[in-house]
Amino acid sequence: MQVYLPIAEISVNALLLLALGGGVGFLSGLFGVGGGFLMTPLLIFIGVPPAVAVGTQANQLVGASVSGVLAHWRRNNVDVRLGSVMLVGGVLGTSFGVWLFGVLQQLGHIDLVISLSYVFFLGTVSLLMLWESVGALIRGRIKAAAPRKLHHHTWLHGLPLKMRFPRSRLYISALLPMLIGFVGGLLVAIMGIGGGFLLVPAMIYILGMPTALVAGTSLFQIIFSTGIAAFLQATSNQTVDVVLAMLLLVGGVIGAQFGTRAGTRLRGEQARALLALMVLAVAAKLAVDLIVRPEDLYSITRPVSP
Amino acid sequence: MLHLRARPCLSAALLACLGLCLASLWLLVREARAQALVADLSEHLVAITTGFTGTDVVLFGAVDGPGAVALVVQGPEAPVSVRRKGRVAGIWVNTEEMEFDRVPAYYSLALSQTLEEMAPPAVLQRHEIGLDHVRLVPKHPTSAEEVAAFRAALIRNKQRDGLYSTAPQDIVFLGQRLFSTRIHFPANVPTGTYMASVFLIRDGDVVSAQTTPLTVSKIGFSASVSDYAQRYGMVYAVVAILLAVSAGWLAGVIFRKS
Repeated sequence: MQVYLPIAEISVNALLLLALGGGVGFLSGLFGVGGGFLMTPLLIFIGVPPAVAVGTQANQLVGASVSGVLAHWRRNNVDVRLGSVMLVGGVLGTSFGVWLFGVLQQLGHIDLVISLSYVFFLGTVSLLMLWESVGALIRGRIKAAAPRKLHHHTWLHGLPLKMRFPRSRLYISALLPMLIGFVGGLLVAIMGIGGGFLLVPAMIYILGMPTALVAGTSLFQIIFSTGIAAFLQATSNQTVDVVLAMLLLVGGVIGAQFGTRAGTRLRGEQARALLALMVLAVAAKLAVDLIVRPEDLYSITRPVSP
Repeated sequence: MLHLRARPCLSAALLACLGLCLASLWLLVREARAQALVADLSEHLVAITTGFTGTDVVLFGAVDGPGAVALVVQGPEAPVSVRRKGRVAGIWVNTEEMEFDRVPAYYSLALSQTLEEMAPPAVLQRHEIGLDHVRLVPKHPTSAEEVAAFRAALIRNKQRDGLYSTAPQDIVFLGQRLFSTRIHFPANVPTGTYMASVFLIRDGDVVSAQTTPLTVSKIGFSASVSDYAQRYGMVYAVVAILLAVSAGWLAGVIFRKS
């Protein structure tokens, strides 16, 4: 069943889009990440113009995150207070990212910057997560439950603006979640992804949040940062395709519900190891594309007026 | 009663239609005697609807005597940047760029003979018949070698997108005077005004030419969506986000019960 996408200006099989949305939605529910880092490259691969893929993805992620948050909300797994503080950084990051996107576009290297940041962020985060989670899995095998220090004291705890987050049982500087939100917002604007793959480990390792709360809280924050990004993309670039977003969403929200359910059966370390492997695979594919000689050295684009 | 009357009505309409076709063909032939070349398209509007997967438009026409016929269809012109990648520190990066000023978004060609048999290059060049003869001029002039390489790359990329024809379509003659051919528009055809130019070539020179406009336009639902996105960006953005939120909410509510 072919459907013409009015903004992307291509004709695509609707069932393919539903299946893509469903598959990525399942993974996003399972790991508490938006799945944008998978969906954006997939959309570009099936012929959606990159700018439309990024803009539409932001819009699609709003809906997917709402549906994901609901499931976590019912289990009381959202720290609204912490999420709101992250959001302050997120708004700043998204706005700064949109500005940066424009500058890079004028310099003519936006594609390269997107690819390199994908490889760098996805590669680093996935390797760190893999290292940690595999370690945890092995340790788990040897000793049933490794005794864990309740409270590590590092320089991070010396930062000013300390706030209490009772739900997460944290007493930390508000600057930390704000900074994490800022980086997340930056990624939404530049890479067209929710940034969950980066937020989730940062919240676990830097903030020391309980793993159970991380997925819901990061999704809560992502609703708003992707919402702002979608609004900016739609008003300034007209790159949000409603038809494409809705088709992806229908598949995505259903997939996410099943994913969330499956996620409750996974142990934290297992989920993190699987997510790390998946992210690593995407990073490796993009790295190979940068290194291997392209089939055609030439490409065509619409010139960007300075 | 209605059924009984409907049938003769239908056949009458068919007959009238056929008669009209024959009459117009006859008119075409008559006109061709006076004008050397007459041609028209089966449709002057390619409507991009929600189910659009590409379409064919038929060109038909008549000539007043022997000769070769060529058809060139060109899409709306716009500037295009061609970039070349080079290896920098182990990775492939866009290093060179050439901007072409007026590049047709679409180019297709149909011929009744091969180009070589038809006319010398100078004539083909003048009328932009054949991809080798399309006028593609870089914004900033550079060496001829570079221009040739970037020009070839531009055409190659457009062909890969299905927007430039790779091989000319055949123009088929029905008898001595009447000819027809099909023009294919793929699903990703850009919107705008197209020009279908028909040339009658005798003894290596164009003796008659006719240009017919053709509009490619979004119609119906897809047209309203893109129109809204263009004109009311803010409303469109808010509606898009609200739609996404409600879809997500709805799914969450439905799945709570099961």
